[in-house]
Amino acid sequence: MKPETRAAALFLTPALVVLIVFFFIPVIAGFALSVTDFDLYSIGDIHNLRFIGLHNYATVVRNDVFWTAFFNTLYFSIVGGPLTVATSLAAALLVNAKVARWKAIFRTIYFAPVVTTLVAVAMVFRFLYHPRFGVINLLLAKVGLPQADWLGDPRFAMPAIVLFAVWKNFGYNMIIFIAGLQNIPEDLYEAARIDGAGAWRQFRHITLPMLGPTFLFVGIVTAIGYLQLFAEPYVMTHGGPVNKTLSAVMLMYQQGFKWWRMGYAAAIAFLLFLVIGAATVLQMQLQERRR
Amino acid sequence: MKRNAILVHALLIIGGVVTLFPLLWMVSASFMSNGESVTWPPHLVPHAATLDQYRALFVRLNIGRAFFSSTVIAVVTTLFSLFFNSMAGYAFAKLRFRGRERMFGLLLTALIIPAQVGMLPLFLMMKSMHLVNTYWGVIAPSLASVFGIFLIRQFMLSIPQELLEAARIDGAGELRIYWSVVMPLARPILATLAIFTFMTTWNDFMWPLIVLSSDAHYTLPVAIASLSAEHAVDVELMMAGSVLTVLPVLLLFLFLQRYYIAGLMVGSVKG
Repeated sequence: MKPETRAAALFLTPALVVLIVFFFIPVIAGFALSVTDFDLYSIGDIHNLRFIGLHNYATVVRNDVFWTAFFNTLYFSIVGGPLTVATSLAAALLVNAKVARWKAIFRTIYFAPVVTTLVAVAMVFRFLYHPRFGVINLLLAKVGLPQADWLGDPRFAMPAIVLFAVWKNFGYNMIIFIAGLQNIPEDLYEAARIDGAGAWRQFRHITLPMLGPTFLFVGIVTAIGYLQLFAEPYVMTHGGPVNKTLSAVMLMYQQGFKWWRMGYAAAIAFLLFLVIGAATVLQMQLQERRR
Repeated sequence: MKRNAILVHALLIIGGVVTLFPLLWMVSASFMSNGESVTWPPHLVPHAATLDQYRALFVRLNIGRAFFSSTVIAVVTTLFSLFFNSMAGYAFAKLRFRGRERMFGLLLTALIIPAQVGMLPLFLMMKSMHLVNTYWGVIAPSLASVFGIFLIRQFMLSIPQELLEAARIDGAGELRIYWSVVMPLARPILATLAIFTFMTTWNDFMWPLIVLSSDAHYTLPVAIASLSAEHAVDVELMMAGSVLTVLPVLLLFLFLQRYYIAGLMVGSVKG
């Protein structure tokens, strides 16, 4: 073996062993698990384990609760994703505006929620959303708008979680958008201004198209993250009211780690994986077509 | 033009207030006495600031233990991941071997696989290794990460090959080149990786929730989530718990944000 190859093997081994043992093998085993009836009895005695083919998948797709969780997760991603990206872009445009001062300070403030601990700030929002003493209802009352039991009302619980997620995450994409904006050559705007294009047309015909690859990146990252919704409903609503905020990962967690129906839970996890893969491919193709 | 500037700043300030308000309220409520935040009309600032909630957390609810667990887990994970990821990232960037690009490409596909897919078998594995409810059970899966390897590799691609060749001609061994030539040059990206890993580990919730089963080992996020089950009405107490959890990472970010943001950029270049 060449010394360089030997060195490479040495340097790669620790990381690859960790990734193979604790990630790749579990992922493959996850699929294997999903075609078995692994449950509490199998934990007690592995001989109770049987191969049952796609039976778990068949049971999952016939279960109403699964579809509730599935559509809740899609709702959160399809409404929350674009809302987050739009907020991020707006924040990036403001921070990056030529007339704006104290850019670094605003950037830091807007980014702060991203680094906070999700569980802790979810707890904060649970109280901000409180029907009687929450600050949000207090403000609504002050300006004469109707109040709501944000997390207790089936109509408002998921929108409330969406707004919380926007607050928590928009700063991340904002940073990426700022980098994208700074990469757009200034002479493009110069030329457009000479041709008499106003602010809106410059935005529509220069900024947006030039940000194409950035949109693809933030779109994919946001979608992957949002489809894995878990801690927000776990802390704020426990999936309620009437399962209105139950997410796919939460259902997987309950089935797998609360009821120990691990084969069944693995099938849910794999369906989620397929959805995430599909969302990624879809966005890449949309971007491809726009070119 | 002047009107434009006023509008931009008005929007920036409104955005800033909305963004900061929940965090400021959290801090303010954590200094209130029991029940003060649920009076009508609500108080935004404490009548008489008190440390009662923090005292209750540390003395009665032993939150110090969770603080200790979180610190140990985050520090150990960070140290190991610095070594493991930098070694692998260096190999992928600078050492020539067959199948290098294909292997790296395969690793990157892992970025779209949700961790939850592997969590069920991973738990059974940890159980058979007797790592359930131990620090190592939380730490082991994060000792190396695809993102970390990617981050290091992108940085090290820019280290000139001649530097390494020169060291080889001088008779330096491969380990020595890694340790005394490459690592000192990589300091900025190592700082980035360290902050990233520390924060991700500190903030992580789902895996610690699954693998830790007794409050003797709970990390802060798991501990406050479990506290909130019994103390759902003790708003001020829960806010003090949230402050304790958020403050370390927030401070770390404020002081080292230059490195943190640099890491975000590297991550987004390739997409």
